[in-house]
Amino acid sequence: MQLSITHTTRYTYDEPVHYALQKVRLIPRDSSQQRIADWHVEINGGQREVSYHDQHGNVTDLVSADIGVTEITITASGRVETFDTAGVLGQVYGAVPLWHYCQPTPLTKPGEGIVALAQDLKGAGDQLAALHALSAKIAETVKYGTGQTYAATDAEAALAGGQGVCQDHAHILIAAARSAGVPARYVSGYLMMDDRVDQDATHAWAEAHVAHLGWVGFDVSNGQCPDERYVRIAVGRDYREAAPISGLRHGAGDESMIVSLQVQQ
Amino acid sequence: MKGVEGSTRPAYAAYHDWFRQQDPDRLTKKSLDAEAFFRRTGITFNVYGQAEAQERLIPFDLVPRILAQREWSKLAKGIEQRVAAINAFLHDIYNRQEILRAGRVPKDLIANNEAFLPQMVGFSPPGQVYTHIVGTDIVRTGEGDFFVLEDNARTPSGVSYMLENRETMLQMFPELFSKIKVQPVSDYPKNLRRSLAACAPAGAGPKPTIAVLTPGIYNSAYFEHSFLADQMGAELVEGHDLRVVDGHIAMRTTQGYKQIDVLYRRVDDEFLDPLTFNPDSMLGVPGIMDIYRAGNITIANAPGSGIADDKAIYSYMPDIVEFYTGEKAILKNVETWRCGEPEALKYVLDNLKDLVVKEVHGSGGYGMLVGPAASKKELEAFREKLVAKPGNYIAQPTLSLSTVPIFCESELAPRHVDLRPFVLVSPQGINIVPGGLTRVALTEGSLVVNSSQGGGTKDTWVLED
Amino acid sequence: MLGKTAGGLYWMFRYLERAENIARLIEAGFRIALTRSTDAEGEWKSVVTTAGVEAAYAQKYESYTSAHVVDYLLRDTSNPSSVLSVIAFARDNARVVRTALTTEVWEAVNETWMTLTSLLAHPVRETDLPAMLNTIRQQSALVRGALHGTMLRNDIYDFSRIGTFIERSDNTARILDVKYYTLLPHTSFVGSSLDNVQWETVLRSVSAHRSFRWLGESEMTAAAIADFLILDRRLPRSLSFCTSQIVSNLDYLAEDYGERHPCHDMAEALHSRLRHRTIDSIFEEGLHEFITAFIRDNNALGMQIESDFRFSG
Repeated sequence: MQLSITHTTRYTYDEPVHYALQKVRLIPRDSSQQRIADWHVEINGGQREVSYHDQHGNVTDLVSADIGVTEITITASGRVETFDTAGVLGQVYGAVPLWHYCQPTPLTKPGEGIVALAQDLKGAGDQLAALHALSAKIAETVKYGTGQTYAATDAEAALAGGQGVCQDHAHILIAAARSAGVPARYVSGYLMMDDRVDQDATHAWAEAHVAHLGWVGFDVSNGQCPDERYVRIAVGRDYREAAPISGLRHGAGDESMIVSLQVQQ
Repeated sequence: MKGVEGSTRPAYAAYHDWFRQQDPDRLTKKSLDAEAFFRRTGITFNVYGQAEAQERLIPFDLVPRILAQREWSKLAKGIEQRVAAINAFLHDIYNRQEILRAGRVPKDLIANNEAFLPQMVGFSPPGQVYTHIVGTDIVRTGEGDFFVLEDNARTPSGVSYMLENRETMLQMFPELFSKIKVQPVSDYPKNLRRSLAACAPAGAGPKPTIAVLTPGIYNSAYFEHSFLADQMGAELVEGHDLRVVDGHIAMRTTQGYKQIDVLYRRVDDEFLDPLTFNPDSMLGVPGIMDIYRAGNITIANAPGSGIADDKAIYSYMPDIVEFYTGEKAILKNVETWRCGEPEALKYVLDNLKDLVVKEVHGSGGYGMLVGPAASKKELEAFREKLVAKPGNYIAQPTLSLSTVPIFCESELAPRHVDLRPFVLVSPQGINIVPGGLTRVALTEGSLVVNSSQGGGTKDTWVLED
Repeated sequence: MLGKTAGGLYWMFRYLERAENIARLIEAGFRIALTRSTDAEGEWKSVVTTAGVEAAYAQKYESYTSAHVVDYLLRDTSNPSSVLSVIAFARDNARVVRTALTTEVWEAVNETWMTLTSLLAHPVRETDLPAMLNTIRQQSALVRGALHGTMLRNDIYDFSRIGTFIERSDNTARILDVKYYTLLPHTSFVGSSLDNVQWETVLRSVSAHRSFRWLGESEMTAAAIADFLILDRRLPRSLSFCTSQIVSNLDYLAEDYGERHPCHDMAEALHSRLRHRTIDSIFEEGLHEFITAFIRDNNALGMQIESDFRFSG
């Protein structure tokens, strides 16, 4: 499937910016699931300081705001050809050893709830089936809904709260998989919802590592494995390592952010 | 001055002759002069955990610790081997991890270690140097019997005291130095500068700009930070002096921002970059890890180097040396029980009163139990901590540390010491300053030499042949 | 040079200057308290006002007694302008800029801090006060001597001097501000003992009581004193002297860096207000208005210097 994507993130500030940095991970890479036909990231109101590959292989840009601006716009756009692999990314590995994806992070630290959730996965004969079951169970326990959780909500808290967004679903699955000894990671990316061009926000899902298959994606929120409507942008152990944009700003005044995202065939 | 059998060590002979001719009252006065000098020049350190940020002096003992060239060269060879292995280990751990694949170091020791920084994975620092500055803590138990106590691979401190101690000795007893030929240490700042410059990123140009990053004047080692910056002719910067400018880290000067090529940082990993690590850090430089990974600055020591001086890794050092150098380790390791292993824990609990127990991640002598010196109550309290979190601790036998004389109430008295030689690493090689910082436990019989726990220092002499 | 270093030097010398000025104010107040016990309360109050700590003092004490005022101004660490506080600030700044200082200057500051901290650890008895104030003055002289004798004449020196003179001109202007009414021609009864005392206090506060007499060019009149403190270019604490020093040190920086900033124009404007000026024309303009404007613009100049040379990020 050929997808056309335009993803604009606009930060506006009450007062001229003194100094601000954004860590930007918005460049998708080729894989068994996607081929990048054409892609560029444009920055208005700031400049790219450096660009490098992080430990997970994500192309990362460090962007600084121009002094005195009141608005920065980061626009990623291009065309990506996607393939339906039934969610299987495969046995592709980077510099980070597999065991590292078993290490908990502050956002994916398991508590009692997560440990209980992971019981069936632990030592399961059919890992893949058990992961599907886990995904379904999370979707059932934690209803999709905004407003209950925020960017810094950890997996255990989201599970206990019973409601969350795709980020929380992914964190819960990752935390549970890890606590059962299965390597798992966070993926941020785009999803073309069938019924609309304008999407609400960037999407997130989880990938778990299954013996003989390699990495397999699980989108808890939509109850499916990523297919040709999905585009992977960045991976990490959790949201903090894979967030498309994360930043830091010095100075007074309020900041607001508006995201607009169009994904279409 | 006495060897293990009670005889005077030959290296001390000339000093001993001189000492016998001295008037003890004059020496007592010199001792007070030295203290006044240290106070006036502000060679002080701040003590954590006291009600006020108080400045204290590290007591200085005027009797030098003396090593013969022959003893020193064996020691230096051992240190060089060990430091080379540590650098190879760090590069391996953050890249191919062959030593884990080979099963020589257990994976969990790295995986569960807070000092392991995933952000360093798949990256080679400029010049492939991780530990630009190392301070290896050495103790001696018998004639030529040197043990490594700790490998300080993060930000070893104390080198300023080594330099000031020598300076003080030269001023107080110039006649001694004309009688006895001592290898100089005063080249250290020049060598440090040269060594750091040799590790500059590829794009830095022939005269790289070096700066020292300090947490600020309230840090316990601030004196040393400003001393080293001064001696190297480098700027002493704090996090808020720095920002990202044109793809580099730059410092704010009266004439605008100026690029920095090599940052000798005395700020811990966790606080180095709020954009990547602890977001609440006010001490660090946002974005420095991105600039670093893009190859535009050298950070000394490299972030994540702490994985090599971890006390749990320590017990594997003989294997690590052998794995990377293909040779047996020249310097011995102190026998170490890893309390995370059930059998070791049982042994440690059974023999607690004879052992020294340390926290794996602790430093500076905090959170440590010295069994033979502990009360029954302290032993019991520590036993509980051990059982609760055995993986947090290692235990070692109390070594029969050698003693050297100190000047105490007008005469000489034996005290336990250790030695921290300072090692510089660059692509051009490994450079060890002859001598180092001798720390001395001033309390009779005590084995704890840390300045935060009442230890002192003395000048260290390596004699010329 | 780091912007922070320039700022550290500037503030280090402002604080050292402030310590000395506070000691001088106390000295002048103390003298009146000894010689004119009836005026003491009012005099101590104006000392506190001149030091700029009136509001905070009033929260702590109800009356202006010698013991309270002296203790508040010398030792009270809740008072950021007490000698004990400013000496600690000066030394903290010296630690920040230590790599820019010669050993002599650093040791002089460090010794000043050690000496004063230990002397001011306990309340100062009245009998010990003159010796105490003397020590403060001597320690200041020690630092100044080390600065003049050992420092390179470069930007480090320039920022140190600029800090000194911004603080000093502020101090002299504050003294004039608090006492301006005693200097107004129409309120003075020439030769009255009240005025003589007030005038002497003003002169003593800037250590100019003897030099005024030496110069002996004029009778002790309000106008002559105002002229001396505002316009005389020989007096190192006059507004004119201070601003001319600021202008020339800023000029050295412009030469050194090859760049002029807004602060250069501001300093010249401030100084030109004092050049070729007669005291009569200032009285005509209004002494109070003149001094108020000077204090405001001197402060603004200080802030402009901080920003032009990037003292902070």
